[in-house]
Amino acid sequence: MNEWLEHFLNVLLGTCRDILPIAAIIIGFQLLIIRRPLPHPKKTLIGFIYVLLGIAFFLEGLDLALFPLGKLMATQLTSPDFLGISATTPVNWQNYRWVYIFAASIGFTTTLAEPSLLAVAHKAEQISGGTIRAWSLRISVAIGVSLGLALGTYRIIVGAELYYFILTGYVIIIIQTLFSPKQIIGLAYDIGGVTTSTVTVPLVTALGLGLASTVPGRNPLLDGFGLIAFACSFPIIAVLSYAQIAHWLNKPRRPTKS
Amino acid sequence: MLKNPFIKQLFSSFLDLAPILAVVLIFQVLVIQKPIPDVTNLIIGTLFVVIGLTLFIQGLEQSLFPIGESMAYAFARKGSLFWLLTFAFCLGFGTTIAEPALIAVADEAANIASKGGAIEQSGTARDSYALGLRLTVALSVGFAILIGVLRIIRGWPLHYLIIGGYCAVIVVTPFAPPEIIGIAYDSGGVTTSTITVPLVTALGVGLATAIKGRNPMLDGFGLIAFASLTPIIFVMTYGMLR
Repeated sequence: MNEWLEHFLNVLLGTCRDILPIAAIIIGFQLLIIRRPLPHPKKTLIGFIYVLLGIAFFLEGLDLALFPLGKLMATQLTSPDFLGISATTPVNWQNYRWVYIFAASIGFTTTLAEPSLLAVAHKAEQISGGTIRAWSLRISVAIGVSLGLALGTYRIIVGAELYYFILTGYVIIIIQTLFSPKQIIGLAYDIGGVTTSTVTVPLVTALGLGLASTVPGRNPLLDGFGLIAFACSFPIIAVLSYAQIAHWLNKPRRPTKS
Repeated sequence: MLKNPFIKQLFSSFLDLAPILAVVLIFQVLVIQKPIPDVTNLIIGTLFVVIGLTLFIQGLEQSLFPIGESMAYAFARKGSLFWLLTFAFCLGFGTTIAEPALIAVADEAANIASKGGAIEQSGTARDSYALGLRLTVALSVGFAILIGVLRIIRGWPLHYLIIGGYCAVIVVTPFAPPEIIGIAYDSGGVTTSTITVPLVTALGVGLATAIKGRNPMLDGFGLIAFASLTPIIFVMTYGMLR
């Protein structure tokens, strides 16, 4: 119990240290430049403590429950015994179907629990006056991440060049941007950076490095990275598609004119 | 009365988390067919995550969103472009330099560079490489938030800037050393942390609301997008210059 408490306090301290520069900047600017007190100092401070405690609990819980299990599973699923491969047989990407399914489902589910995405989706619903639903936004982002991760693991297994995949992704995004409703573009671009934080990054990195070290002919240092990049660009495509579909569905039927 | 929304939030946090648990359990039992190790820790950990998520959301509404917004209004009222841009840069730089995920990635990158022979195989060379990388990313995020804020004020269309950024990534990649490319692409997603995102989002939306002629939905978002694009370009450039 004592040991555990110590560990928790360490996590809490670590969170405080991470927040320190942000707090210093905010307080510094508030005091020196704006020179106006915050509207509700007490409420804000309590809220800040909630955030601190919340993140500490969140990280501690992930460390206790999800990360060990998720990482264990990533190694188990990519172990040669489970996959039925040996170092001598040539790589056949179809042997790895469970890896794709695992990557897709872990991507989908961790995205739903990602706190930053929760925050942004919430804000978007507020500002759009409810035309963008937080829940459907999160679902479409999660679908994007899961597709991205499945494709990303496929890339590691066949050893294709990361550059071409990302290039294609960018081209798709640019084409979609030209046709999308303008209101969604900023949000969609933001989503790319938001999806991958506390929950997704450690699990996905473990999966990528595990995969790159078991698949014959892959170098973990060269091929192990890049999964996060997939998880960043696919949600943008997914959100833009979601907006496009919602736009079509909401559009009142009008007689077509040329 | 006060307890009710809290319990509701607890429940919805649990719903957010339940799918992960389901996936992990189903895979462990049905596909891998091995028992679940350490059930007690799993239950306690899950409980912690639910509590943590609930507290975080509570604090978000009470603290991070209002701070970001009130600062945006204050800067808009003050009308000093210089201080607003300085604040934007500091916020981006300060939150990124301390980001734990970035520290981990930078160390990993230093290892790769030293194994690949790009830098000397010594502890000091690796440390200075990792520190340089962190500074590079932090600078790029500071720069990104600055440009993003300037864009909101001037009302430049976001997609031209982002598409320009994508083109820069595409052009720079063939010239970058191959071992840095994966890390550069990943660093774009790693930089934005759980605290930065709500603050920066609230800042952008607040600015777009406070400035006349800007629409929060059209102009308010996009700051994070810059912050996850510029590190890719900066890190690859760093890899080329080293």
